[in-house]
Amino acid sequence: MVMDVVVLAKHVPDPQGTPELGEDFLLRREGVDGALDPGDEYPLEAALRITEYHGGEVTVVSMGPEPAMTAIRRALSMGAHRAVLITDPALRGADALVTARVLASAVRRQPFDLVLAGIESTDGYTGTLPMTVAELLGVPAATFARRVEVNDRIVRTERQTEEGYDVVECPLPAVVTVTAGATEPRYPTLKGIMQAKQKPVERLTAADLGLSPEELAPTQSVIAVEAAPQKAVGEIVQGDDAVTRVADFLAEAKVI
Amino acid sequence: MDFDLSEEQREFQRAVREFAEEVVAPRTEEYDRNEEFPLEVVQRMGDLGLFGLPFPSEYGGQDADLVTFCLALEEIARVDSSVAITLEAATGLAANAVFRFGTEEQKERWLVPMARGQVLGAFAVTEAGGGSDVRALRTTARPEDGEWVIDGAKAFITNAGTPLTKVAIVAAATAPGEISAVLVPTDVPGFTVGPPYRKIGWRASDTRELAFHGCRVPQGNLLGERGHGYAGLLEVLDEGRIAVAALATGLARGCLEESVKYAKERQAFGRPIGAFEALQFKIADMRVAVDASRLLYLRAAWLRDRGRPYKAEAAMAKLYSSEAAVSAAREAVQIHGGYGYIEEFPVARFYRDAKILEIGEGTSEIQRLVIARALGLPGTEL
Repeated sequence: MVMDVVVLAKHVPDPQGTPELGEDFLLRREGVDGALDPGDEYPLEAALRITEYHGGEVTVVSMGPEPAMTAIRRALSMGAHRAVLITDPALRGADALVTARVLASAVRRQPFDLVLAGIESTDGYTGTLPMTVAELLGVPAATFARRVEVNDRIVRTERQTEEGYDVVECPLPAVVTVTAGATEPRYPTLKGIMQAKQKPVERLTAADLGLSPEELAPTQSVIAVEAAPQKAVGEIVQGDDAVTRVADFLAEAKVI
Repeated sequence: MDFDLSEEQREFQRAVREFAEEVVAPRTEEYDRNEEFPLEVVQRMGDLGLFGLPFPSEYGGQDADLVTFCLALEEIARVDSSVAITLEAATGLAANAVFRFGTEEQKERWLVPMARGQVLGAFAVTEAGGGSDVRALRTTARPEDGEWVIDGAKAFITNAGTPLTKVAIVAAATAPGEISAVLVPTDVPGFTVGPPYRKIGWRASDTRELAFHGCRVPQGNLLGERGHGYAGLLEVLDEGRIAVAALATGLARGCLEESVKYAKERQAFGRPIGAFEALQFKIADMRVAVDASRLLYLRAAWLRDRGRPYKAEAAMAKLYSSEAAVSAAREAVQIHGGYGYIEEFPVARFYRDAKILEIGEGTSEIQRLVIARALGLPGTEL
């Protein structure tokens, strides 16, 4: 069974660096070093393995300004077959819901069996986008998969839990979010990097997706940013009765 | 004049850097301590296509030029010289010899699995009685009943006895004064692999003696033309010198980066030690040496990639960068003080790994001779 797999990918500021906020409290995305979100490499690797096994193609869908091509190129170098990049000045400041609308509209433009995404982005961390996309596409979502297998139009995932995992199955098409433990992403080979230049990248604007200005208007905005409060200084327990006092404290806090 | 790498070279350099940091570095200390061949890392490098970099894709390669291969070596050597020399000797020497001089049949049989990192070749030229004096070889290959019969021994051979080593490229006298190269599979009766040497550095690199007692291989195992072994192997060694220069640059860069980090962290007399001019100057000199090394190897590789003469430039790159690496390692240990002398920071390993760079693939003295010869100085004629 040939699979059309879409991977939602995000270009984020260099995970090694310190991200900067602009005066409007939005993350500065232009003119900073960026990369494919490391959390997106896991769903991409899972997608590549699925299509290597079943046949089919991996399409990477991303929304972001022009520098997001760096992330797209990385995904294509790793082996994705094609990409869609939605770039539009009107999308600056898009919140998670607007982003989900844009990505869902872009995904809907082509046939798809499976949409894979990371758990959350390493810059925004809302962790709500994949499920919103599933809702907008009207397909089931299976989340926190540490393993993804496709068999006979059913996707079977192992949902990571605190104690172990749950097995979750749903019919295709579906959206699945993939954890960092799921796969070890491959590194791009030189040949992969050279071939990436030849692969098709479709560039779209919000108008191409037929989204109205209302649908593109964020309903969330950041009105203030404050430094996280410093942790209060802890108490150092000393003396002969230290053990008793620590035990009392833990009992009081209902830890023991 | 253009000092920029191509966009693809930069992307690849970044991918190899990530690989070196995420896959190679976490295992380095253990392999070094146990003097163990890094099989798992080598297999992962095979997946990444590193062993096939400079060969055409029809032979399982990646179509890279020598510049790109050297960039990868620098990134690996920045964290682990043993892994870097394993790659350099397998690809730059052994596989390269098969690529340059092999028949289509030989390339199909040996180069393809070598390019994928599934098979390592041992480039067996050096003997106990002489390294750079290649013409003094005592190993012989005698024609008999349509076969070559090989007798002799080789010393200091990299990748001689790894689990992936399946063939040796043996330089042997096929007649008095006539050197040829012969492919000798490791499973031929009479092929003996010695125990690993106990080395100062490069401890995870597999280095051993090889001995041949009446090893018989088919006539078709001659690699290149009979009697062309000397010139051919020297050509391979010239390219190898550029690669070793990239390796030395990587080691020096590792020393520089570790020194900068330590000089910012370590406090003495109420200040980070990097605030003292004595250390600033050491580290500044190290930076100059790293950049000069890189520029020298890049120029030599660039000349070679354009089919232009590069022999003297390769010798200059190898000479300068290996001596710079030894100095950088010495100063990096000095900057780390007592902590540099124990296996707590990578610089102790860098110190142990550096010295061989001035010896292997042509000693510093031989490089100076090559440079002097290129200047036409008297008494240097071949």
